[in-house]
Amino acid sequence: MAKDGFETLKLVGTRPNRPDGLDKVTGRARYGADFSLPGMLWGAVVRSPHAHARIVKIDATKAEALDGVKAVITRADFPTGLTGEDWNLQENTMAGEKALYDGHAVAAVAATSKLLAEQAARLIEVTYEVLPHVIDVDAAMAEGAPVIRAGAADATVPEGLHPNVVRYMEFGRGDVDAGFAEADLVMERTYKTEATHQGYIEPHACVSKMGADGKGEMWVCTQGHWYIRKMSAAVLGIEASQLRVTPTEIGGGFGGKTTIFMEPLSLALSKKAGGRPVKIVMSRSEVLRATGPTASASMDVKIGMTKDGKITAARAEFRMQGGAFPGAPVDMALYCCFAGYKLANVHHVGYDVLANRPKCAAYRAPGSPNGAFAVESLVDEMCRKLGLDPVEVRLKNGVTTGDRASYGPKFGSIGLTEVLEAVKAHPQLQAPLGENQGRGFAVGYWFNHNGETSVSMAIGEDGTAQVSVGTPDIGGSRASIALMVAETLGIPYEDVGVNVVETGALGVNEPTHGSRATFASGKAAVEATQAAIKEMCRRAAAEWDIDDEAVEWVNGAAQPAGPNAGKFPPMSIKEIAGKMGQTGGPISGHHESVPDGVGASFGAHVVDLEVDPETGRVTILRYLVVQDAGRAIHPSYVEGQYQGGAAQGIGWALNEEYVYDDKGRLSNTVFLDYRVPVASDLPMIDTVIVEVPNPGHPFGVRGVGETGITPPLPAIANAIHDAVGVRMTHLPINPPKLLAALKAR
Amino acid sequence: MRYHSPTDFASASALAAGASGVTRFLSGGTDVLVQMRAGMVLPDDLIDLKKIPGVSDITQTAGGGWRIGVAVPGIVLGAHEGLKADWPGVVEGMNLVGSTQVQGRATLTGNLCNGSPAADSVPGLVAAGAVVEITGPTGVRTVAVEAIPAGPGKTTLAKGELISAIVLPARGDNAGDAYLRFIPRTEMDIAVVGCAVSLRLSGDTITEARVALGAVAPTVLLVSAAADAIIGTTLDDAALDALAAAASAAANPITDKRGTKEFRVEIAGVLAKRAAKIAFARAKGETA
Repeated sequence: MAKDGFETLKLVGTRPNRPDGLDKVTGRARYGADFSLPGMLWGAVVRSPHAHARIVKIDATKAEALDGVKAVITRADFPTGLTGEDWNLQENTMAGEKALYDGHAVAAVAATSKLLAEQAARLIEVTYEVLPHVIDVDAAMAEGAPVIRAGAADATVPEGLHPNVVRYMEFGRGDVDAGFAEADLVMERTYKTEATHQGYIEPHACVSKMGADGKGEMWVCTQGHWYIRKMSAAVLGIEASQLRVTPTEIGGGFGGKTTIFMEPLSLALSKKAGGRPVKIVMSRSEVLRATGPTASASMDVKIGMTKDGKITAARAEFRMQGGAFPGAPVDMALYCCFAGYKLANVHHVGYDVLANRPKCAAYRAPGSPNGAFAVESLVDEMCRKLGLDPVEVRLKNGVTTGDRASYGPKFGSIGLTEVLEAVKAHPQLQAPLGENQGRGFAVGYWFNHNGETSVSMAIGEDGTAQVSVGTPDIGGSRASIALMVAETLGIPYEDVGVNVVETGALGVNEPTHGSRATFASGKAAVEATQAAIKEMCRRAAAEWDIDDEAVEWVNGAAQPAGPNAGKFPPMSIKEIAGKMGQTGGPISGHHESVPDGVGASFGAHVVDLEVDPETGRVTILRYLVVQDAGRAIHPSYVEGQYQGGAAQGIGWALNEEYVYDDKGRLSNTVFLDYRVPVASDLPMIDTVIVEVPNPGHPFGVRGVGETGITPPLPAIANAIHDAVGVRMTHLPINPPKLLAALKAR
Repeated sequence: MRYHSPTDFASASALAAGASGVTRFLSGGTDVLVQMRAGMVLPDDLIDLKKIPGVSDITQTAGGGWRIGVAVPGIVLGAHEGLKADWPGVVEGMNLVGSTQVQGRATLTGNLCNGSPAADSVPGLVAAGAVVEITGPTGVRTVAVEAIPAGPGKTTLAKGELISAIVLPARGDNAGDAYLRFIPRTEMDIAVVGCAVSLRLSGDTITEARVALGAVAPTVLLVSAAADAIIGTTLDDAALDALAAAASAAANPITDKRGTKEFRVEIAGVLAKRAAKIAFARAKGETA
């Protein structure tokens, strides 16, 4: 479905092997836990077994007495006086006066072996005064709920709300009451989603060293090493420039590896142990208890619709908890929830609420899946009530290029209409369904993101190119960037190397987040390549003794731009590169910016499933992802992102959730009980890549990583309704919940 | 921690009897090693049984039954045609434990001695009427499998006692067994409810039956009322409903992270019906 303007591309849109592939499948790739240094110590973390408790005393005498224990740290080893998010990060990294959730770090130890460190951690005696706790978001803002931190609310919070409400927002346009009055059907429902975890396969791991001179180095599995540097430095009260951070290969992140957890602890332990390197590798249980899961949400949605399917007004009031710190993505949830609809009258209200859970981190389109579950469920229910086709209703109300988004700004080029038309044309919509089988449909949205970006590239003496980027490669970005650079240079894909480099090698780069790597690092890499091409043209011009402007770059070579420029045979990149030492030295290109021209991405999913009416168990029979990629640089990795987003969304919809016991302790701390879908749970997920090129990117890229997790939650709930007639409003729709609903029918 | 690798069961028993701290026996290690890595169990004495001759063998008994060594992994059970033909329900229960990799190590005896009420291989053994041979300080004794679990993580084995083999009875004619578990996923999960049924037919009429339930009580249950509900019937709809009612009535589960009490009670009946139908078809010689 390529749009005009890309017919001449030779490499972009092809599917070569990824450059990192062989190392990964043969075990040569080095992940976080694979790094070791001479003299290295192992760190272990003591974690609170209580959801909420005052730390009365920490006694490390027995641990320190063990032969081989080199350092013990508590909050007393951290600087004081931090404010705002720096304080939040420090408090989350190491508890201060109170442990705020089950798994909250309270002390850490470094010793000469992993076993010894773990033994020492068990010997650190912490005396707690257990306090009342609260887990659920609605309970946390109800009268009488335990106050997690008095005075944490910012200026947005109106008087009279519970102190656990720390941020409040309200925005919209038009007159929703007048809009509802125009509707033939007005419906309002409350929906809930539970907290989930990104479930990346690789646990967090790092090796750090920090000397008495205050200079530090770290090797870490992360999505963004400049973030790790900035945050770790802030928490430890050192200058970011004193810390050099090198990213390892990364076994999944999905947003969860854009912030710090145990990284500053390893630095502090190293410093206290006289500069010996300290390695910390989290266990799966630590990952689930003490990294950054999603927020949970309680959401009221009200929509008015005419009998021919026009939405006249919409209102959303979302309450989200993101753990014991501000930062639940309630704003994002509200921005995204109505983004697909052209609305004259819309109103949003949001509450960011504290609860005794780990500090949430980003997870693939943070907030958007929650909001989509609420809005797309209600739109589906209203379509059915009015006898309207759900795809046609989305088309009728759908936003197009230039429309004002529900959350304010005007959309640039977007492809929602094209996505919906592709859904209509897909054979799955006409496939017959059997008994207890149903089909669900929903739309999802993500903004996509630009962010600070710095890229360098250098031409080798053999006419190849090496590109240095600062965005760790999670989903195939090295392959995509190599394709774009090779296309721009006019050389083979195999002649371009793309390296993810450390914080000392480039200007600041934001992490690989917001679906930005192929957009932002890709765009910057193309700009850097253009700079190198300009220099190569200049070298050719000098040799030919013609004006620089009289030389153009075509098919990997400099050539005179037209007959008036002079008659010279093309000078290839190999020729120019081979003698660059004699013509002025190395040739390279560089680009840094916060690239403009971000292109938002809409997607729509269709799911066919079957419900076992005797057990409430759901089997996914067939699954379709249709999404606007702008331009698929490497279609296999675009499809991989679509399929991965769908798989994670299916898990969120059906079985994944943080389960707490009555003491506020997380019950399911291993993958056996935190039920991510396994491969045999899912059919092959079909994909359709819609390409409405983003004019803000040289090859039309929008970013594809996040939109795909948004539609599965409502699409599955809608399909379950289609199959068995019950409307499930509280995720996950696990067998006990669905069977209870079926019996209550 | 002290690691021991005795070469006979009497020595293994003596080591355990003489140990003063936390003792664990090791064969496949798929529970013990995981628990050690998680810090849940830190044994003072780890007694490896794999050096004892015969622990990896499956042998037919004089009476036509099967004697299964304590270190026989699931993957070997699943590849044993004779055992599979006689006791497909026992084998399919064991083969549901963990992943392919875990199957390469995990054992029936380990699954039993881990003491989990949700152990997938135990209902099948109980329904089959299997017994265990126990070696202890006072010699060797034989008890029914259902007498071993004492509650989550606990067994009735006394200090110094260990299982030295599991023995399945001769299958005989016109008989079949089956095991089903409920999990919300398709694999790599712990049974929310498990149910095994073993039965024998005379014509189309059930003459013998044993029904065992897992994950609905502190131990795997042998439910005689459920067996009685189908003995003397042709497994018609009324018998199936009576079976489901008896299974649900016997279930005494808790609500936990894996499922609710109400759900488990209901599913015990659903699985009993489904497992009985499979066992019945197998007894008739049909593939199911």
